[in-house]
Amino acid sequence: MGLFDRHAGLLEAYRDVRTTGYDPFQIRMERVLSPTEAIINGKKTLLVGTNNYFGLTFDESCKEAAIEAIRAEGTGTTGSRIANGSYNEHVALEQEIAEFYGKKHCMVFTTGYQANLGVISTLAGEGDFLLIDADSHASIYDACKMTQAEVVRFKHNDPSSLDARLRRLGDRPGNRVVVLEGIYSMLGDSAPLREFVDVCKKYGAYVLIDEAHSLGALGETGRGLCESTGVLDDCHFIVGTFSKTLGAIGGYCVSDDPDFDILRVTVRSYMFTASLPPSIVASVRQALRVVKAKPELRKQLWDNVATLYDGLAAKGFKLGPEHGPVVGVHLPDRMLAIGFWRAMLDAGIYVNVAVPPATPNGVSLLRCSVCAVHTAEQLEHMIEVMTGIGRQLGVLGDPKLRVVGGTR
Amino acid sequence: MIVENDGMTDTIDLRRESTLARGEVMGEICHHLLPYQTGEKPIVGDTVIAKDLTIDSLAIMDMVMELEDRFDISIPMNVVAEIHTVDQLADTILKLHARR
Repeated sequence: MGLFDRHAGLLEAYRDVRTTGYDPFQIRMERVLSPTEAIINGKKTLLVGTNNYFGLTFDESCKEAAIEAIRAEGTGTTGSRIANGSYNEHVALEQEIAEFYGKKHCMVFTTGYQANLGVISTLAGEGDFLLIDADSHASIYDACKMTQAEVVRFKHNDPSSLDARLRRLGDRPGNRVVVLEGIYSMLGDSAPLREFVDVCKKYGAYVLIDEAHSLGALGETGRGLCESTGVLDDCHFIVGTFSKTLGAIGGYCVSDDPDFDILRVTVRSYMFTASLPPSIVASVRQALRVVKAKPELRKQLWDNVATLYDGLAAKGFKLGPEHGPVVGVHLPDRMLAIGFWRAMLDAGIYVNVAVPPATPNGVSLLRCSVCAVHTAEQLEHMIEVMTGIGRQLGVLGDPKLRVVGGTR
Repeated sequence: MIVENDGMTDTIDLRRESTLARGEVMGEICHHLLPYQTGEKPIVGDTVIAKDLTIDSLAIMDMVMELEDRFDISIPMNVVAEIHTVDQLADTILKLHARR
């Protein structure tokens, strides 16, 4: 058996995807012009699939902070925090994030993926129980592969399903760690966090919530679902990322646990990878200041979400269950989703295409992520284009305009 | 579709009401797997779930959640990873159910 034979099924599916002419997993941004526009295939393209929720990648103050940091401290740290030491800025960033959440401790990671991977796999060890939402991100599933803890999935966003699984553990010894996400990355739906927290309290389980897609977007001060649902103090561990709202890269975990710092010498994804470069740390610190200083960005984001979500819903598209910075558009099957995606790119609009096995329940989606600095005109144009393609492809039920087998 | 049932388990079931019948478990598993059957090939005890059927890994895990709730047990993911055949899945369910 050849090394790649086990991927035969995937190779075939991937070949199907590429028959549409473009490879959605190898899109080249020839030039990024702004948080909302790039040149793709030689054409100016509207970006509605980059998780750039506040548009801070081009914020002048964040760019200046990064440039200044490079001039002052160079381009990289060339090693991990435990080997090469921490820069003042790493420590300052950790203090600022801890303060932002009102928690005692914070650890910063080089990516959000590594934060989940390392923290989750280390918190729950042999004899413990890890309970994860069925629609968890890949970083959470990968953490599960690295732990000796017993891992049990519960039904997506279903507190009663979690309750049943905690109940079944009975009086077996061992810690219970429950992993949730603020906003789920495929359909943009939020966890019923308060209800989940109640269940966790009932069974004495620890709560870890990943606010990757909800940082900035939810809560009065942008701290995420834990803030908007009023349970920040009940979340023992909050994980998040710098690569979305904060416009850079990196991850973090905050907690009040007095022994939290032991993770610095136990979490391998923290210990054995180079730390964030000074420029990233500087732009993230500045981005956090911007998030605190400009709550209007959150309002703009949600206004734009309403424009896109309500606009698409009015045209008859089947969407994720609620308003969210991620708007998932359901399509009947994989090939139609890829054809639709391709037609949108031809029309100058970039979104993500998400197909099984990367999606829950085998659904095929166009995954749109909204930016606070999208203009209403940009989003209205997108709705118009999508409606046209939807009719051509027979996704929207207007029989008069349906073209059988037609593609753009 | 053939559901394996040797009849013995039913007899045991009559004696001890709390004991789950193997036939019931097999029936439930087959019910979930039926949509993934390939051609006329029946689903039997030694059917390899991920290979002989068209079900993908995520759908297997979702089926496991349904079976967990049906029989009020939890099957840890690392245990699921070791299960290959319908028989092995039924054995696991019966074992965990008996241990409740």
